[in-house]
Amino acid sequence: MIEIRDLKKSFDEVEVLKGISTVFETGKTNLIIGQSGSGKTVLLKCLSGLIRPTSGEVLFDGQDTTQYSFEERQALRGEIGTVFQGSALFDSMTVLENVRFPLEMFSKHPMREMNKRSEEVLDRVNLTKESFHKYPSEISGGMQKRVAIARAIVNRPKYLFADEPNSGLDPKTAMVIDQLLHELTVEYNTTTIINTHDMNSVMEIGENIIFLKDGYKEWDGDKNEILTADNEAVIDFVYSSKLFTKLREVMLKEKNASKS
Amino acid sequence: MLKILGFIGVYFIFLGKVFKKPQGMKVFWRLVMREIYDLGMSSVGLVAFISLFMGAVTAIQMAQNFQGADIPVPDSYISYATKVVLILEFSPTIISLILAGKVGSYIASSIGTMRVTEQIDALDVMGINSPSFLVQPKIIATVFFNPILIMISIGMGLVGGYLIGEATQMWSSSDFMIGLQMPMADRHYYYTFIKTVCFAFVIASVPAYFGYHVKGGSLEVGRSSTAAVVWTSVILIILNLVLTQTILS
Repeated sequence: MIEIRDLKKSFDEVEVLKGISTVFETGKTNLIIGQSGSGKTVLLKCLSGLIRPTSGEVLFDGQDTTQYSFEERQALRGEIGTVFQGSALFDSMTVLENVRFPLEMFSKHPMREMNKRSEEVLDRVNLTKESFHKYPSEISGGMQKRVAIARAIVNRPKYLFADEPNSGLDPKTAMVIDQLLHELTVEYNTTTIINTHDMNSVMEIGENIIFLKDGYKEWDGDKNEILTADNEAVIDFVYSSKLFTKLREVMLKEKNASKS
Repeated sequence: MLKILGFIGVYFIFLGKVFKKPQGMKVFWRLVMREIYDLGMSSVGLVAFISLFMGAVTAIQMAQNFQGADIPVPDSYISYATKVVLILEFSPTIISLILAGKVGSYIASSIGTMRVTEQIDALDVMGINSPSFLVQPKIIATVFFNPILIMISIGMGLVGGYLIGEATQMWSSSDFMIGLQMPMADRHYYYTFIKTVCFAFVIASVPAYFGYHVKGGSLEVGRSSTAAVVWTSVILIILNLVLTQTILS
């Protein structure tokens, strides 16, 4: 479980996070949603330790990590798997080498075992053997995302972070990636935090959602609650498409009917 | 001025991170080997080509000066002077400036691209000390291989001088060989070696600094690559004077 308490982050004069408190639960897909510039990526980077918060606490299983030394922070990072928005695969390495890389850096297993584990996770994210020896530039965006997920889980992390994992993907592939992240969360019992502004993802895997607006936590709930939420900012965000506006009408009718 | 002082301060803080003990020694040494190829071996052809022609040009210029002098100068001094010029200045300094362009832009743009595509963030988030992992192998490879490149340059320059003499018959090959065997002071060799190693360190570390601190997108990577080459060249020129004054005077 990850808990944040009154987390603030400023860049020079600009305050990006203005005191956020929330809990991200283990074994669930926790979603951070909000418009571009709302502070989602900064929040995720504060959690992964890439950015040091200005004030507040970040507790990983009860331990405040903001006071960690460089070495403690590095040790913690070994327990975090991260999927970046642009996949961030190493261009100079093949798919298999990319996935094997964290093992080579942090484990003392023989190469045969490391290859076995890497192939295992690549199979798990449904990549075929033909792609194992290709370079990232030779595979599609969807496949790159799968490789990034495989690299993130190869060390069996306790925490899994993903920054807009389905940006730039077609809706079908995006759904496959969402489902994969959800399945892995259950399988590895990770505390998974996903940044997104994609409503399809929210409706597909949003077990615990926090909505950010202008650096504040504006709302929290789950995918069943978000469609009928009465928060103005959430309504404005969710119902930017006509399809969801109609869906809200149906949902509200159903809700009222069940009440009466 | 403040900006330059700030740059120097951040550069040394960066070097402090670069020289932390590397993690994953197997991967680290594999990277060093790859960098020796990318930064060193791949420059052999260019260095040999330039040195061959520059050696020939230097020898012709020496011959023109000596043969037209008011006092008679033996032809053997043509190759001796060519050798001295190549060893003291042309090979360590001019070749280093050329490498600052070739290797420097490669280092700055490759690290800069890793920065803007979040590959460096990916290393950091895995708990890897990215400056040490990315930059230390480049510095080791360059400091190790640059002296070899400079030796190749000196050798090819002398071959160029010899061949142009044979082709033009402006001096005899025996005079040329006599000149080559004339002794030089030991400290000239030390001076060249120290210069080569110091320049190699600058050629790898300054562009790495620029690449590592890129913010933005591909345009900024291009700009940082250009800035890296310019600053590396400026530092090499100043360092050349400082080392020459310190060691030779």
